[in-house]
Amino acid sequence: MSTQQQEPESQESPQDPEMKGTESPQQRRLREKQEGMVEDQAEKETEVEGETVHLKVFRYDPEVADKQEPRFDDFHVPFEKGMTVLDAVMYARDEFDSSLTFRHSCRQAVCGSDAFFVNGKQRLGCKTQISDLQQPVRIEPLPHQEVVKDLVVDMDHFYDQMHAVEPYFQNDDTPDSSDLEEQRQSRENREKVKMSTRCIWCGACMSSCNIAAGDNEYLGPAAINKAYKFAMDDREPEDVKEHRLRILEQEHGVWRCQTQFSCTDVCPKDIPLTEHIQELKREAVKKNLKFW
Amino acid sequence: MSQSYNRGLIEDFGRWKEFSAGMWAWIFHKFTGWMLIGYLFTHIAVLSSAIAAANGETMMLAGEQVNAYTGTIQGLEGLFIVRILEVGLLAVAVFHILNGIRLLMVDLGIGLTAQDKSFYASLVLTGAITVASVPTFLSGVGL
Ligand code: HEM
Ligand code: SF4
Ligand code: FES
Repeated sequence: MSTQQQEPESQESPQDPEMKGTESPQQRRLREKQEGMVEDQAEKETEVEGETVHLKVFRYDPEVADKQEPRFDDFHVPFEKGMTVLDAVMYARDEFDSSLTFRHSCRQAVCGSDAFFVNGKQRLGCKTQISDLQQPVRIEPLPHQEVVKDLVVDMDHFYDQMHAVEPYFQNDDTPDSSDLEEQRQSRENREKVKMSTRCIWCGACMSSCNIAAGDNEYLGPAAINKAYKFAMDDREPEDVKEHRLRILEQEHGVWRCQTQFSCTDVCPKDIPLTEHIQELKREAVKKNLKFW
Repeated sequence: MSQSYNRGLIEDFGRWKEFSAGMWAWIFHKFTGWMLIGYLFTHIAVLSSAIAAANGETMMLAGEQVNAYTGTIQGLEGLFIVRILEVGLLAVAVFHILNGIRLLMVDLGIGLTAQDKSFYASLVLTGAITVASVPTFLSGVGL
C-alpha cells in the first residue's frame, strides 16, 4: 500500500468557499462535463479541480488487443457528498472512458447486479459510500467468478446453484376455494424466514467463500439460504421439508461450510447466512438421529 | 460469449491481508489441529523408550548410567530448543482448545454475532497463557 493514502476527512466536499452559492452542484457538473469534453481521452490521468476520488479499476477485455493482459486504470473523479462506488465508476465511464464496463440497474441495492470487489471486500457498488473507503479505491470484479470484461463476471454458475435447491414453494394441497384462496403464513413463521427472503442474488457471498472457491459443486451460502427460506416455511408439508434436507445434506451441501463467516460479513442485505447454514446442519442431524 | 479470464486460485494467497477474523480462525484451527497430530507421533516415539527401559536397556547421560527412558527424557529436556518447542506446543494446544470451544458454540448457534470477538479473545488468552508458561518451561536449562 502506498503512503499517499488519505482518508476523506468529511462527507462534505471542501470546495473553494468563494464558489459556494455561486454555482449549484448541477452547474458544476455541467461545467466539468464541458471541460472534460474539450480535453481528450488522456484527461483521465490528470487532476480535476476540487476534491477528487482516486479510483483504480480493473480492466480486461479478451476482444481488445491492448486489454487482453489484465491491468488497472486510474481515474480521478470529482467527489460529491453521498457519492457511492457505483456513482464514481459511472462518472468515470461517462466522462473518461466509455468502454469501461460493469452491470448496474436499480442503484438502490435491490437488483443485485453491481457487486464488486472494492478495497479487498465484496461490496455492492450502489450501497458503498466513497467517504467510507481508503483511497485509492481499488475496484475489481468479484473473485472466483470468471471475468467476461472489466467488472463483469460470469454469473451462470451462481444461478445454477441457486436453482439447484428448487427455489419455489411446493405444496400440493391448495386451500379450499370456498374458504380462503390464499396460503397464509403465521406472523411468527414469517418473522423466522424474514431475513432469508431479502436475498438479491448479487453473488457477493459466494465470491467471498473460499470453500466455494475450492469446491465448484458446493451449493454456496446464497443457495443454502434460499433453501432455508422454504425449508423453514411451515406451509410446506413434512415430506417436502425432508426432500429439501436431502438436497442440503449431500456431500456438497451444508457440511461444506466451515463457519468462516466470510459470507455473513459481506452480505449487503445483512442476512445471517452462517446462522442459517448452521441451523440447517442441525435440522439435517435431527432428521437422521433415531433412538431405538 | 467471449472467452473469459480466470484469475486462478493463487489470488487468494496474495490477498491474505484482507482475510477476515473467521478465515484466520479457520486457518489457525487447521494448522494447530495438524500440529497436534504431528506432536502425537513424536510423543509416541519418545514414550516408546519406556519399552527399551523395561527391557533393561541403559544409556550414558552426563557421565551417569541411567535407564533408556529416563535418559531420553532428561536428554531432551536438557536441550534449549526442546523447551522452546514445548512453549510452542502449549500455545498451539491452548489455541486449538479455546477456538475449538468457540467452534462448538458456533455449531450450536450460540453467540454467532460475537464470533469475531471470541476469536480475538482466544488469541489474546492463548498469548497470555503462553507468556505465563515461559518461566515454568524454561527453568533450569542452559542455552
Ligand atoms: C479440548 C480439546 C480439543 C477441542 C475442544 C477440539 C475441538 C475441535 C473442533 C471443534 C474441531 C472441528 C473444527 C471444524 O469445525 O472444522 C477440531 C478439529 C481438529 N482437531 Fe481438535 N480439539 C481438541 C483437541 C485436539 C487434539 C488433542 C488434537 C490432536 C491430537 C486435535 C486435532 C484436530 C484436528 C487434526 C482437527 C481437524 C483439522 C482440520 O479441519 O483439518 N484436536 N478440533
Ligand atoms: S445472500 Fe446476501 S450476499 Fe449472497 S447473493 Fe443474497 S444478497 Fe448477495
Ligand atoms: S445497481 Fe441494483 S443493486 Fe446496485
